[in-house]
Amino acid sequence: MSKKVKFVQGNEACVEGALYAGVTFFAGYPITPSTEIAEHMAKRLPQIGGKFIQMEDEIASLCAIIGASLTGHKVLTATSGPGFSLMQEALGYAVMAEIPCVIVNVMRGGPSTGIPTHGSQGDVNQARWGTHGDHAIIALTASGHQDVFEVTVTAFNLAETYRTPVILLFDEVVGHMRERLVIPEKGELPLVERLKTSVKEGVDYHPYLPREDGRLPMSDFGGVHRFNVTGLYHDMWGFPSTKPSVVHGLTHHLVDKLENRVNKLAMYKEYFLDDAEYILVSYGSAARSALHLVKDRRFRGERLGLLELQTLWPFPGDIVREKCESARAVIVVELNMGQVMQSVKMAVSDSEKVFLANRIDGVFIAPVDILNILRLIQGKGV
Amino acid sequence: MAIKDYLRERFFPHIWCPGCGHGTVLNGLLRAVEQLGMSRNEIVMVSGIGCSARISGYIDFHTLHTIHGRALAFATGVKMSRPELNLIVPMGDGDALAIGGNHFIHAARRNIDITAIVMNNRIYGMTGGQFSPLSGPDITATTAPFSSIDPSFDVVELSKAAGATFVARTTTYHVKQITDYIKQAILHEGFAVVEILSQCPTHFGRKNKEGSAVDMMKRYKEVTTPIGSKAKQENPDLIERGIFVQKERPEYCKEYEKMVERAMKGR
Ligand SMILES: Cc1ncc(C[n+]2csc(CCOP(=O)(O)OP(=O)(O)O)c2C)c(N)n1
Ligand code: SF4
Ligand SMILES: [Mg+2]
Repeated sequence: MSKKVKFVQGNEACVEGALYAGVTFFAGYPITPSTEIAEHMAKRLPQIGGKFIQMEDEIASLCAIIGASLTGHKVLTATSGPGFSLMQEALGYAVMAEIPCVIVNVMRGGPSTGIPTHGSQGDVNQARWGTHGDHAIIALTASGHQDVFEVTVTAFNLAETYRTPVILLFDEVVGHMRERLVIPEKGELPLVERLKTSVKEGVDYHPYLPREDGRLPMSDFGGVHRFNVTGLYHDMWGFPSTKPSVVHGLTHHLVDKLENRVNKLAMYKEYFLDDAEYILVSYGSAARSALHLVKDRRFRGERLGLLELQTLWPFPGDIVREKCESARAVIVVELNMGQVMQSVKMAVSDSEKVFLANRIDGVFIAPVDILNILRLIQGKGV
Repeated sequence: MAIKDYLRERFFPHIWCPGCGHGTVLNGLLRAVEQLGMSRNEIVMVSGIGCSARISGYIDFHTLHTIHGRALAFATGVKMSRPELNLIVPMGDGDALAIGGNHFIHAARRNIDITAIVMNNRIYGMTGGQFSPLSGPDITATTAPFSSIDPSFDVVELSKAAGATFVARTTTYHVKQITDYIKQAILHEGFAVVEILSQCPTHFGRKNKEGSAVDMMKRYKEVTTPIGSKAKQENPDLIERGIFVQKERPEYCKEYEKMVERAMKGR
């Protein structure tokens, strides 16, 4: 059978990825530039017997998908900055109660209503620290539609594997741009299904007692095991506890299950890094301009390389350090005031050699914008 | 099954103060479930945050103790994804109608088959006695030291206007009614609201000089009257008890199923 090829917006590529991964429940509230995700879901899910519901706001949307996840569904919501801000409390709930779910934030310029129809990457740190309290989070991104599709599938896989919310940080440019998408055949990409408990009816089931490998087998609401789910610190039955050992243990569990696997969770792409004198570090739509410049300069014999990050959180610091070790300078290319640049500075051994090439005016960064910064760093003027 | 078998005694003692009305609601609720002969596996209880919301921890159903005000949004997700389950959502007055007011009216508008129980003590119990949107004027609270000026919602009128298809009210003095109304609410197909006036002697009672828990319950007898009673005509200040609304309207999950059928036919 020939492969299914589509010419679609990034938002639709995300929908296709989610459907491929097995999403069956979506709740959302319209907001530019993510609305197309809800619109496509409203059409596609009923056709496969799935559920779509338009909720009264983004808080309710995230709450609803958490509820649906507990009955065994793979669940998704999608929003943009203002809606993502509203979701922060429920996001923390999903972290604490360890509920698999995927949240898309198609970033636009902020703060507040900001600049709804233009691209930005200003929510990177919000994804990490938007909800209160110590915790760890997974946030992924992509620069082109095939990757949008694949990281969306990965997001569902990671949500199931680690029982955690996973954030997909796309941006307006990728979300609205049209590009070719090849839908992989069934079975071509691995899918992780929910790990269900093997504990039999009538035997005590501990919903929050990790197995040796750290995973927590689940039991669906409506099944034979009844248990409590709470956002309070809780023991292995899910019952609230203020016991210092329980609180300490759970905080560590929530942080360590992701932070201890930072290298395993790291997804990235590298272009011409082997002999690169100058390295661009970028992600999302900005990485497209970065790659364009790198190819252009390579053609002219300049030793420029690109490290494109797809995992933004947990931040792959070791990998960034290793890849950038021998570069003369590292330029982080992003559509914000340097949110990933800060992480890169912390990761490399010489933070003085890290620079920023950005745009924060709603205009997409062009290769020449990056080149100008490179020339300044090289002392060659612009 | 004995009432005791519905409790998670392993998790006792409970957090409620002596004399708190919330325990009476728990009792009445369990009797309703027992009399209906429901299996524990087919009930999901979703609650928010508050003294009232803690009720979910003590009952051996599938229980989801969520965040303040959002219980109905979580419950909507559970119900939509597994419509065969019975959803019971107990909420405090603040939980249901201050922070959760928006979810409350939208759940009612959809007429989704959920039983909402408003445990109305007219105060924020858990946070120590601040006034709520159900306190009404002239009550004393820690955030209304000179007595409150905020008008209150009427849960019954609000539920009706928002589209709830079963609406009832009673009090912790009228224990049998609690069981009766909750039973009918569970059996009702659609969004059902049962408001139960439930005393908080610790904060509301003390601040407003209403005496002990027993005094407060006796007061419920005095200030309420059956719907349309003669007493009400003579004294309009009395609060009516009873079933205010019980009607049919298409239920949300059922309508969704019809839409799925249309979608699968490609229309
Ligand atoms: C977002 C948020 N805001 C505030 C609180 C603090 N808080 C906890 S319970 C509560 C009010 C509880 O009152 P009510 O819902 O009437 O329940 P009761 O304790 O009286 O049964 C408040 C304000 C919170 N937990 N979360
Ligand atoms: S503070 Fe009030 S509502 Fe809370 S448990 Fe005590 S009596 Fe009940
Ligand atoms: Mg209250």
